[in-house]
Amino acid sequence: MKKQVMLAAVLAAFSGVAMAEEVTLYTARAEQLIKPILEAYEKETGVKVNVVSGGEGPLMERLKAEGTNTPADIFMTVDAGNLWQASNMGLFQPVKSTVLAANIPANLRDPAGNWFGLSVRARTIFFNKKTVKPEQLSSYEDLADAKWKGRLCLRTSKKVYNQSLVGTMIADKGVAATEKVVKGWVDNLAAPVFPDDTKMLEAIDAGQCDVGIANTYYYGRLLKKNPNLQVGIFWANQKQNGVHVNVSGAGVTKHAKNPKGAVKLLEWLSSEKAQKLYADIDMEFSANPKVKANATVASWGSFKSDLINVSEAGAKQAEAVKLMDRMGYK
Amino acid sequence: MSRLHTLVIPWLLACLIALCTIVPLGVVMLSALTPDPAIWSHLIDFTLPELFKNTAIMLLGVGAGVLLLGVSLAWLVAVYDFPGRRIFNWALMLPLAMPAYVLAFAQVGLLEFTGPVQTWLRPHFEDMRWFPQIRSAWGLVLVMTLAFYPYVYLLSRNAFATMGRRALEVGQSLGLSRSQGFWRIALPMARPWIAGGLILVIMESLADFGTVAVFNYDTFTSAIYKAWFALFSLDTAKQIASLLVILVFIVLVLEQRSRGRRAYAQAGRAAPQPRLLLAGWRGWAATLAAGSVVLVAFVIPMLQLAYWASLDFANQFSSDFLGYAWRSVSLSLIAAVLVTAIALVLAYLVRRQGSQAMRNLARVATMGYAIPGTVLAVGVFVPVAWLDNQIIALMGWGGDVTAVFKGTLLAMLLAFVARFLAVAYSSVDTAMNRITRSHDEAARNLGCSGWALLRRVYLPLLSGGLFTGVLMVFVDVMKEMPITLMTRPFGWDTLSVRVYNMTAEGMWDQAALPAIAIVLVGLIPTILLSRQRDVA
Repeated sequence: MKKQVMLAAVLAAFSGVAMAEEVTLYTARAEQLIKPILEAYEKETGVKVNVVSGGEGPLMERLKAEGTNTPADIFMTVDAGNLWQASNMGLFQPVKSTVLAANIPANLRDPAGNWFGLSVRARTIFFNKKTVKPEQLSSYEDLADAKWKGRLCLRTSKKVYNQSLVGTMIADKGVAATEKVVKGWVDNLAAPVFPDDTKMLEAIDAGQCDVGIANTYYYGRLLKKNPNLQVGIFWANQKQNGVHVNVSGAGVTKHAKNPKGAVKLLEWLSSEKAQKLYADIDMEFSANPKVKANATVASWGSFKSDLINVSEAGAKQAEAVKLMDRMGYK
Repeated sequence: MSRLHTLVIPWLLACLIALCTIVPLGVVMLSALTPDPAIWSHLIDFTLPELFKNTAIMLLGVGAGVLLLGVSLAWLVAVYDFPGRRIFNWALMLPLAMPAYVLAFAQVGLLEFTGPVQTWLRPHFEDMRWFPQIRSAWGLVLVMTLAFYPYVYLLSRNAFATMGRRALEVGQSLGLSRSQGFWRIALPMARPWIAGGLILVIMESLADFGTVAVFNYDTFTSAIYKAWFALFSLDTAKQIASLLVILVFIVLVLEQRSRGRRAYAQAGRAAPQPRLLLAGWRGWAATLAAGSVVLVAFVIPMLQLAYWASLDFANQFSSDFLGYAWRSVSLSLIAAVLVTAIALVLAYLVRRQGSQAMRNLARVATMGYAIPGTVLAVGVFVPVAWLDNQIIALMGWGGDVTAVFKGTLLAMLLAFVARFLAVAYSSVDTAMNRITRSHDEAARNLGCSGWALLRRVYLPLLSGGLFTGVLMVFVDVMKEMPITLMTRPFGWDTLSVRVYNMTAEGMWDQAALPAIAIVLVGLIPTILLSRQRDVA
């Protein structure tokens, strides 16, 4: 028995367990977008935050394999589809927190409290200012119209953002109507689909295509580098269901060693001060409605967003992927 | 007793080595027993046909490309003398240090509609539709060929350097012309080396994800990732990976069969023959050919990276940077030496034992190279985590203890053995092929056998092959991402982890600096070792 205690102590020393309170976070949201905020938290509270970054799929498998012996207290990722999957795999534990309930609107968090959205990303339409007038644009569905033949650019269907967009479309108007839209998009493509939103926006800027669909923060990043960008932003579907929005978010892991510390960190992340940092670092919108967007983001104007609960996208993701495969959207 | 020893111990050792790969492979392939019919019928209807077609085009194109480029350049550098030969001897290996997906991103960035080349040309032409679309099958084949030809170049150059000129001489004495001497003597003699390089290229192409993702070209890996990340069926992903493993196994066995029982030993170490001088325009043509390959595969993409890095250099270059570089170097060095040492033991066992069964065991042990890194990372992590959980439960620890092996360097190194054994093995094994049986017999007559034979006779003769093995594994570990991400201990962020964190959000200009660092650090051993090898 004594030996075991000794051995445990030695191993504990090896794995670096210190005296100060610690919270361990697995994140699939890019590390450089979260590190500065966590450093602010460490400074303010004296709690040490360990970060492990990686792809969302491998991190979920890691959590599963570790089971009750996981060091992770929080799992953070982007896209409601991923959050929905993680909660479906039983990786989260439900959290009841009046602070989180007050700070995060209901459509941006899991109804059972498994996860909470921490920033909002809008996926909307962008256009070349020289060749397209905003009056010619209306909705995602309209981009399937033959008048855009040879003028549309899209990112690959392998990215979860497009899967979520199509997923909510299926939830909203059913499979047959969505198939027609996706088929129309594919027929209208001006170039092979792009590996990322940035490349696609640059193609619109250079005139390779006239319209496309992207997340707004990619546009913000490009504007920062090149204020003369020939790309305009258009809020899609304002006369219908509103712009497709998604979240980045986090939840407390089922086998968290420090669940209280994890909840405290999440509550702090939902506070106005942290939300400002969290959203501004990547030009996203904060999840907490009390926080105003930064000047650039605010200059794009306000918009109506799709009020469908973001977790719907997760439930429809696999269906959306298969639908896009069938329609030849690569 | 000693008979039993000599029978049992080699097998025990070989099995132990193979276990590093068999366990993760087993984790991957066990899932093959429980296919999900709904997903598979969708895959068969809508993805698999195109996937097979695309994979075949990629393998044929890249295979032909690396053979053409790798063998011809190796022949040129090993046999002839032309202006700049001494520089090209090592410069042609430089692309080895550049991760294929980085090369892909740089080339696509240059040649796309939005890139500088087309932007510059556009005002001069009414219609630019004649300009080929780089994001297509031919673009992928081109980039992969440029990224992977050094494997073939490196291995076949070593073969040509020691026997190419002699082959020509023998040919001459038989009345053959130079080109006949190449086709009928030198090329067949170098076949095991060329095949060894080609197989590495095939395995690496099949396992590649980053490059095909830049081109949005659907191969096995894209299907694996899609099944896992989009359809959330890791089992289906593993089943597609199993298909891939079987495919590779067939290729390996076929290659082995066709090589048959021919012996590829060299009859003693002859004095090196003088190089043939390419005079006049022929010499400069050779310089131009080798120079343009180095330019397109290395110099231009490096300049593109340097430009991106310069945009935000002050922010990017911090004291953390030396830490990333230091950890990358030490990790790669430890892994390279370990993996090559294990490859040496395995190759030696295969030679001593000589049975088909042992040969097949070695084949299985080196299959990890063909599995996409992320899938292999899961195959490694799952059993290690399972073992940890068992130990923790058995010892009644709980509470603070969450890990025993996982998150240690040991687990990480074992994963690298599974992944990169093929790389070291192919160079050690081919080098060992060149030691004649008469060496063994002579040594044994002098009372030298077993491990003493390995140490006193083989090691000195194998030093070239071992260096090549260490070099290739070193550079590969530097570039490796998914296993490093999944199994690294806390705080062990390396350069490639840094690149991952930046590229995951498409911030290529910010990934440029760590990417350059990976290339530069990889260059040091490349240059050092190739200089050493040029003495012959």
